[in-house]
Amino acid sequence: MDLTTNYMGLKLKNPLVPSASPLSKDLDNIKKLEDAGAAAIVLYSIFEEQISYEAEEMDYFLTQGTNSYAEALSYFPEPDNYYRGPEEYLKHIQQAKKSTNIPVIASLNGVSTGGWIDYAKKIEQAGADALELNVYFLATDTKMESRQIENQYKIILQAVKANVKIPVAMKLSPYFSSLARIAKELDEAGANGLVLFNRFYQPDLDLDELEVKPGVVLSSSNDLRLPLRWIAILDDKVKASLAGSTGVHTAIDALKLIAAGADIAQMCAALLLNGPAYLGKVLQEMNRWLETKEYDSLSTLRGSMNQKAVKNPASFERANYMKALNEFSNKYTR
Amino acid sequence: MTRQMVTLDGNEAAAYVAHKVNEVIAIYPITPSSPMGEWADQYSAEGQKNIWGTIPQVMEMQSEGGASGAVHGALQTGALTTTFTASQGLLLMIPNMFKIAGELTSTVFHVTARTVATHALSIFGDHGDVMAARSTGWAMLASNSIQEIMDFALISQAATLEARVPFIHFFDGFRSSHEVQKIEQLDVEDIRKMIDDEMVFAHRQRGLSPDRPKLRGTAQNPDVFFQARETINPYYNACPEIVQKAMDKFAKIVGRQYHLFDYVGDPQADRVIVLMGSGAEAAQEAVEYLTEKGEKIGVLKVHLFRPFSVDSFIAALPKTTKAIAVLDRTKEPGAAGEPLYQDVITAITEMHIAGKLPFATFPKIIGGRYGLSSKEFTPAMVKAIYDELKKASPKNHFTIGINEDITNTSLDFDPNFSTESDKVVRAIFFGLGSDGTVGANKNSIKIIGEETSNYAQGYFVYDSKKAGTVTVSHLRFGPKPIHSTYLIDKANFVACHQQFFIEKFNVIEKATTGGTFLLNTLASKEEAWDTLPREIQKTIIDKKLKFYVIDAYDVAKKTGMGVMINTIMQTCFFAISGVLPKDEAIQYIKNAIKKTYGKKGEQVVLKNYNAVDQTLAHLFEVKVPGQVTSKIDMPKTVPDEAPEFVKNVVAKILISKGDDIPTSAFPVDGTFDTGTTQYEKRNIALEIPEWDPEVCIQCGKCSIVCPHAAIRQNVYDPKFLKNAPATFKHTPARGKDFPEGWVFTLQVAPEDCTGCTMCVEVCPAKNKKEVGKKAINMTPQPPIRLQERENYKFFLNLPLMDRREVKVNSVKGSQLLQPLFEYSGACAGCGETPYVKLLTQLFGDRAAIANATGCSSIYGANLPTFPYTKNKEGRGPAWSNSLFEDNAEFGLGYRLTFDKMNEFGRELVQKMASELGDQLAQGILEADQSTETGIYQQRERVSALKEKLKNNKSADAKQLLSIADMLVKKSVWIVGGDGWAYDIGYGGLDHVLASGRNVNILVLDTEVYSNTGGQMSKSTPLGAVAKFAAAGKPLPKKDAGMIFMTYGNIYVARVAMGYNDLQTVKAFIEADAYDGPSIIFAYSHCIAHGITMHKGMEEQKAAVESGHYQLFRFNPLLSQQGKNPLILDSKEPKISFEDFAYRENRFKMLTKSKPERAKMLLDLAQKEIKSRYHLYSEWAGIKYENDTPKEEEE
Repeated sequence: MDLTTNYMGLKLKNPLVPSASPLSKDLDNIKKLEDAGAAAIVLYSIFEEQISYEAEEMDYFLTQGTNSYAEALSYFPEPDNYYRGPEEYLKHIQQAKKSTNIPVIASLNGVSTGGWIDYAKKIEQAGADALELNVYFLATDTKMESRQIENQYKIILQAVKANVKIPVAMKLSPYFSSLARIAKELDEAGANGLVLFNRFYQPDLDLDELEVKPGVVLSSSNDLRLPLRWIAILDDKVKASLAGSTGVHTAIDALKLIAAGADIAQMCAALLLNGPAYLGKVLQEMNRWLETKEYDSLSTLRGSMNQKAVKNPASFERANYMKALNEFSNKYTR
Repeated sequence: MTRQMVTLDGNEAAAYVAHKVNEVIAIYPITPSSPMGEWADQYSAEGQKNIWGTIPQVMEMQSEGGASGAVHGALQTGALTTTFTASQGLLLMIPNMFKIAGELTSTVFHVTARTVATHALSIFGDHGDVMAARSTGWAMLASNSIQEIMDFALISQAATLEARVPFIHFFDGFRSSHEVQKIEQLDVEDIRKMIDDEMVFAHRQRGLSPDRPKLRGTAQNPDVFFQARETINPYYNACPEIVQKAMDKFAKIVGRQYHLFDYVGDPQADRVIVLMGSGAEAAQEAVEYLTEKGEKIGVLKVHLFRPFSVDSFIAALPKTTKAIAVLDRTKEPGAAGEPLYQDVITAITEMHIAGKLPFATFPKIIGGRYGLSSKEFTPAMVKAIYDELKKASPKNHFTIGINEDITNTSLDFDPNFSTESDKVVRAIFFGLGSDGTVGANKNSIKIIGEETSNYAQGYFVYDSKKAGTVTVSHLRFGPKPIHSTYLIDKANFVACHQQFFIEKFNVIEKATTGGTFLLNTLASKEEAWDTLPREIQKTIIDKKLKFYVIDAYDVAKKTGMGVMINTIMQTCFFAISGVLPKDEAIQYIKNAIKKTYGKKGEQVVLKNYNAVDQTLAHLFEVKVPGQVTSKIDMPKTVPDEAPEFVKNVVAKILISKGDDIPTSAFPVDGTFDTGTTQYEKRNIALEIPEWDPEVCIQCGKCSIVCPHAAIRQNVYDPKFLKNAPATFKHTPARGKDFPEGWVFTLQVAPEDCTGCTMCVEVCPAKNKKEVGKKAINMTPQPPIRLQERENYKFFLNLPLMDRREVKVNSVKGSQLLQPLFEYSGACAGCGETPYVKLLTQLFGDRAAIANATGCSSIYGANLPTFPYTKNKEGRGPAWSNSLFEDNAEFGLGYRLTFDKMNEFGRELVQKMASELGDQLAQGILEADQSTETGIYQQRERVSALKEKLKNNKSADAKQLLSIADMLVKKSVWIVGGDGWAYDIGYGGLDHVLASGRNVNILVLDTEVYSNTGGQMSKSTPLGAVAKFAAAGKPLPKKDAGMIFMTYGNIYVARVAMGYNDLQTVKAFIEADAYDGPSIIFAYSHCIAHGITMHKGMEEQKAAVESGHYQLFRFNPLLSQQGKNPLILDSKEPKISFEDFAYRENRFKMLTKSKPERAKMLLDLAQKEIKSRYHLYSEWAGIKYENDTPKEEEE
């Protein structure tokens, strides 16, 4: 079965790409993912804060308490040189490139247009095949207008694009008043791909300790619906490649995304839960399904169920809401 | 050849050469020599090679005794070997030094000459240590300046190889070891040329090897020892000439000519001062100044002190010499004179007898002492000595630099006499340790030294405290080499980097007329003048100072620098001092920033650049009015109610006037009253905790963790609230242990709190309406200072609960006992002092503490004020420090006294029973003192006994009266850090624990040498980075707890207050109650861990939860009852070692420098933890014969 797909100009042997997660911190895991059949890999995210502040943190601890007391003018040997987080990341890209044959996509996570954008250049020089920008921005300022937020995305994208030649994907959150518009604008501003969506970690409250607890809740197949809908809506509206991210746990999940119009399906939670080899099973299952349903290639499926292609385009819009509710009430409120 | 000009300090200069000419380096940290070992270790870690192309092996030992042993062994087997040390360290090396010299072995020890502890320890400089090593037979070469240190390090190495006499190369501790100077750096070629490889081969050839077996280290008998000992004479006779030859060769290669004795001054001088060390530089400066004015004087700078070359000495003196003053930087009580003086007398007398004296008459010779413990030695003092020499009968055995008013040995000097040149920029900077002032000044010296043709000098004076420390930087820049080896007395630039200093002391006292004063202040340029106290205003007007202000904290905040104002203040200095053209200076500052921070990341560099750029726009000159307008007076240093000694002596020291105090003001034997920190209100906290009684659950946790005893609790009868200040808070006391209706107060000591916030961090009570708030919340100190001062005063006067009524074996109960250790100078958020404080609460009224040298002895007893204190009955800890290495033995000595006195007392009570009344005697003899009540009752009995004995004139009665107090239980506590317990004092510790005697040992386990700046100890965990373990410690922490458990009869506990404070309290009580040896290992978080200090207790918790610090109590009483003595007090590790370790920079930094190794060590450490836990849990799980099914332990 021909599973090839084109993601931002990268020719991929299949649409399964592990998304940014701690799994890719370990070269062994990257290798295992490749062996399982991953078509490319998105590396774990390097955070803007890491680039900006990690050095300062180290500086703080190395200078804390120094030059204050005659007997202890310092507390640590100062190494002649040390690797900072960002350098480690670049080294990691190089090593990942060296030890695998699949495209390596780096991931930058940030919100400002600070010095970290120069870092995109370094990522490119380290050999990354593409770059995913994860603009993790939560609009909590009551004075901030939605337009400002959208512009910020655009500014970051343009700044990065001006620095690199490799394809750049924008990973978006679903919380836009006008998601279609921002998608289109980013598309026009030169985004080579749109990744839908990033998952904001939602804090929890611990009532015993009376504390806010950060907690990671992994996605399930149910979470697929959100990207599925938006990919279907956007597929024929933007030139950029589309990646479905969130909720891809099974072959069927992945195939649904492709049918909606995604070029790739990014997997995270399923691999964290089941290990890198699980990707192989999903791939096998996809093959089997496509063969059983007698598809000649994956590309035939791609976009076959986007908003434009389906009989009732409104099913992706508000009307669908009514229908869903009706079904719900029919089922439980008799 | 042009050599590189570098700005460095004496330690670095010595280490630079030593590392190039040695193969083995054995080290042990001791102030002020530690940096030499650290440099050597760093050079090797960086792969720097010696002149033969190989990297020297650096080995940290467990003590200086150990280091000298290792050196001796390495020398004996033919390696070029060295070490670095000072003071007691050198003393510990003396036994080996006799052997090394006796065996004619080539080596150089580099020594930062430091005071030997006598009536007190001092980390500062004098020649007491090297003079104590005079009889070892080592050659002694003195360096007087930083350039000489580098040069003589090489000359001594060249000379020792030829002479076969070992060398002490010494220079003055701190004044030279820590003074930064611009000097010419010897390059590798220079060093190569000076060392003759044939001599090196010969040295190696003399080394022992089974391939050419020889034997050394024999025992000899009366028939031959003497003769054999005299065989070395030719080597010593030849040595001075060899040194001179090396100096001449050095001059040919490098261009600087030295002599065994270098004379400076008028060739026709009639008066000459002879001395060695850094003081010779100040003397030279005075001589050059005075000879220009026509004085016929000179100074003879001694370089080779041993072997003392009489001929060279005499030849170096002008033939016109009529009077000589010999200065010794040491004191030898009881000697006919100090060492150099005696040598000079001998030399001149011998020459006179031999008829070879070149002078017209036998000169007048006087000796004097100067500069002990880095006491200032200035040209003014030098002048006073020359003036004295003019007299017909000059004072002999004088002292200079102090007011010695007991035996009147001191010479007067004119403090206004100055030789400072106007061509030299002299700048003084007052800063806080934490604001980066010293670092910035070191940077400025480098800029000026390396970017301009100016010479530069920097010397830094630090605080004796570790929190809120004041630093004073003294910087000189000028066109000629700087010989001023003394603090700046007339500054043309003074910068005060902290506003609050101006209310503590007159920072511009040393400013010269027409000079510049720069103040960092929150006030605007318009308001700044009015914020100055009257005294400061007057000084500015009188001295016609130019006055500049900047709000550096505002600039720092705006530019993302946080509280680091170093770059900003440095820019101000360059902008207004005129040392360099402004733009040029700014470019240099930026270059320096790039150099310093480049490796830390672009972000840090840019941030600093921005700060530099923003500074100039915020720097203003203030127009000085013609008259004093301020209404602010300098506050009193200590309150009126302070004891006389505190008012007359301590207060002077607190305002940096200690130099003016006369001898007669001091105790003759180093004994002081305790409880004096209470008079020093430091007010260093910007914010302090404020109590919310509504939310408080009265658990005592805030109080138990407070490192400074600055948050306290009390439960008392509300009737005492009658005169309470209006804002004094209280709430009904919770708990069944208190009388009905009593109230509880939690009170902060507002002026003693350091603002560390550890109390707030551990407070478990959250405000239900607003969970971000707790029962205590940080609030700005200044607005509530006065109110809380009154409240605290009132609080301290409330009656404390009767110790007999307090449930001491609980956290809350322990915190109702008065801390007898308060407001120490330890770091804000210190992890050690909460344990020390707890000790004093539980047992302070009957404790005698033996304290090993280290952090705990420094915050425990560094002048001027002492945190150990007394309760209302006048009882409290008796405290002393002997040495670093002998603390366990020292404490055992206390025990032996108490036991013997107690035994003797009991014998006498028995003997006098009928006289005393059988009931009293029996009561005393049979007293059960295992509880607070029992001790109270015994004290009552002893009091009655003393009353009865008072008027009894019999010999027995007198004897008994003098030791009656020994009939009351005394707790001996032996306290020290892991450097002592795991390393240098381990042998003694083992012996004392094995003695079976009732001593309690508290090991404040910071897992590193904290006091000397973070060197590895055997307690350092696997994978942690420390000095001497830059690549992470590859071996596990010594499990000393397990080792001591194997004795079976020792009470052993491991505690961590941040994990379980109740277990800590229980362990202390059990240790004290156990009538045998006890040892407690107390996990103490430390600034040397690279943590945010206020999270210290969380760090402790993580250390335990990861299994790194497994808590337990091993109680031999249980095994006596047939039960398993080992109780594990922490659960199976629930977080990974990584989750603990990578919270802390000591582990995390390795992931940055050596990521692969970090991972490897992390895995090893995790395995080690697992296997240790397995071992402990297996043991704890064994069912002993009388064990009931395992009870759930708290």
